[in-house]
Amino acid sequence: MLEIRNLVVQIEDNRILNGLNLTVHDGEVAAIMGPNGSGKSTLSYVIAGKEDYEVLDGEIVLDGQNLLEMEPDQRAAAGVFLAFQYPLEIPGVGTMTFLKAALNAQRKARGEPELTTPELMKRVNAVGEKLEISRDFLKRALNVGFSGGEKKRMEILQMALLEPKFCILDETDSGLDIDALRIVSEGVNALRSPDRSFLVITHYQRLLNHIVPDTVHVMSSGRIVRSGGKELALELEANGYADYRQQAEAA
Amino acid sequence: MPAVQETIDRVKLIDVDQYKYGFETTIEMEKAPKGLSEDIVRFISKKKDEPEWMTEWRLDAYRRWLTMREPRWARVQYPPIDYDELYYYAAPKGMTGPTSIDELDPEILKTYEKLGIPLREVEMLEGIQRPNVAVDAVFDSVSVATTFKAELAKAGVIFMPISEAIREHPELVRKYLGSVVPVTDNFFATLNSAVFSDGSFVYVPPGVRCPMELSTYFRINERNTGQFERTLIIADKGSYVSYLEGCTAPRRDENQLHAAVVELIALDDAEIKYSTVQNWYPGDSEGKGGIFNFVTKRGDCRGRNSVITWTQVETGSAITWKYPSCILRGDGSRGEFYSIAISNGRQQVDSGTKMIHLGKNTTSRVISKGIAAGKSDNTYRGLVSAHRRATGARNFTNCDSLLIGNQCGAHTVPYLESNNSTAVFEHEATTSKISEDQMFYCMQRGLGEEEAVALIVNGFVKDVLQQLPMEFAVEAQKLISISLEGSVG
Repeated sequence: MLEIRNLVVQIEDNRILNGLNLTVHDGEVAAIMGPNGSGKSTLSYVIAGKEDYEVLDGEIVLDGQNLLEMEPDQRAAAGVFLAFQYPLEIPGVGTMTFLKAALNAQRKARGEPELTTPELMKRVNAVGEKLEISRDFLKRALNVGFSGGEKKRMEILQMALLEPKFCILDETDSGLDIDALRIVSEGVNALRSPDRSFLVITHYQRLLNHIVPDTVHVMSSGRIVRSGGKELALELEANGYADYRQQAEAA
Repeated sequence: MPAVQETIDRVKLIDVDQYKYGFETTIEMEKAPKGLSEDIVRFISKKKDEPEWMTEWRLDAYRRWLTMREPRWARVQYPPIDYDELYYYAAPKGMTGPTSIDELDPEILKTYEKLGIPLREVEMLEGIQRPNVAVDAVFDSVSVATTFKAELAKAGVIFMPISEAIREHPELVRKYLGSVVPVTDNFFATLNSAVFSDGSFVYVPPGVRCPMELSTYFRINERNTGQFERTLIIADKGSYVSYLEGCTAPRRDENQLHAAVVELIALDDAEIKYSTVQNWYPGDSEGKGGIFNFVTKRGDCRGRNSVITWTQVETGSAITWKYPSCILRGDGSRGEFYSIAISNGRQQVDSGTKMIHLGKNTTSRVISKGIAAGKSDNTYRGLVSAHRRATGARNFTNCDSLLIGNQCGAHTVPYLESNNSTAVFEHEATTSKISEDQMFYCMQRGLGEEEAVALIVNGFVKDVLQQLPMEFAVEAQKLISISLEGSVG
């Protein structure tokens, strides 16, 4: 599915990623854990194509397509979805309007027919119910005045609606209470499928009790320093990141 | 954070080609000799077959104009206008006023077809084109067609070119013309008073709700010709009328002057809604060509509990100098101003409103959304004043500016004058930029860059778009997207 080779990235002369390698297979849920400042969020932005980041070396390939040569909207149409840590507010733009514009832009880019409004509403309402998002929210301006938990649920709703093949969850658990965490996790789990992969970025093992990963990667100083199965997350929870910090500094 | 460096690069590439109304109609025209003099004023008056009092009114204006100077206080810059190099009258040959559609030059008919303005009533009635809008089409200096006149007459509504109204309803014209915008109001209004050639006249009798939207479509075609139209709308007691105005012009390298005057009068319990979609040719990316839009628009809420609402979507013109205002004379009257002003390329906008509270318990509301892109400058200039007798006057003003890129400017210049301790004026203003983060978020969801800007901008102007009549709102929304094409990279 996704293959990242020797990725070197800097922003304003600060090297953030230092030759990062990562492979995520079809249907795999890969968790990335690591201390603050290890480059986790940068990795998610670079995959999705945010400007400001200068890619000095390496490549990111999604099912044979070189993502680094594509604009963010082209990457989205190719199946990349990033659930933001801090979803943006778009004043005056109704949530339903935004969803329709986004979905139809992607469909158009893929040469698929646009979806009619009734069909779209049917799909949105179906997903919204599962995520316990009331229909009132869909009439409001996107994310404006939403609580942290509501914004995160809206991210998952968009993910479910857009049906991407590679989903990145950037600290989706931050700012969620236990109930919201459960709802969001269930939403994500419902989307797991053999032809959809996930990159779950988190500080804490807590989220991984709900979204159980196939692989866990430890990131430090812009590199993957250790990979393992889901038990690795428990080990990190018990011992902290201290070892990896030293290891990275030594390197 | 400014929107991306590429924005700037792309802005440089803005091409005039995006102005899709820039075509020219080739047709034989009849013009007055170049320049302005008493003879030219008489010539225009004679062309219109005007009564003596009208000719004198114009001459008086002309003599006063000679003593006046162009206002220079607006935040706009342009080379001096040589008023002797302009033509003040141009009309399709042999035309002095509207004829039946069948007699209309097919070239003119084609022009309006291209612009999407229906002039054939039959087609409109069959619903082939937009129904329920009566149109007065003004081509350079004359009105070439007015639709649905008979239909409207049944309701008692008078809707005709002002040149015709001067002949057919002199008592109404004499009573109201210049009663809101005095002849000597300002340099451009005085010039207009001397040389105005055509425009629309509307009278809605007491208690009548005008059965359809009225609209005037202004088209400048001829080179080096100023357009000076004059619109006069009177809503008698308890009546209601909604009026739309649209404007386009061909693409040309030289600037063209457009100095219009619009006067609205609302008597007791009457309501006038006046909407404008202004899309004059804005000039190219280097600021070459484009219309100088120096317009005086003013509404007089003369009667008790009368209401005047101005809604404008301003996307065109090289320079816009325009302050649709309300004089709230009648007790309990209300004035509203909703504005979207978009500037791109090298456009300069200095626009806003004046709400003059004279009567008791008068209220006003101002919602202004300025959007600046490219190397443009966008200024909101507004005055809210309360006379000492205007007890209980209330105003709410909200001015928001949105910047796209970092080479444009947005300015807000509010003036507040309160001579009454019971007046309550509220003013809110914000300036924001479309953030890179918002753009990235939209694009991550699959929207292209221009789509993302259009979506964010449409969200920004939503409050005002909602004020426009339905069909106009859709048109305006499209226009906003077109105006911002090339504003991001």
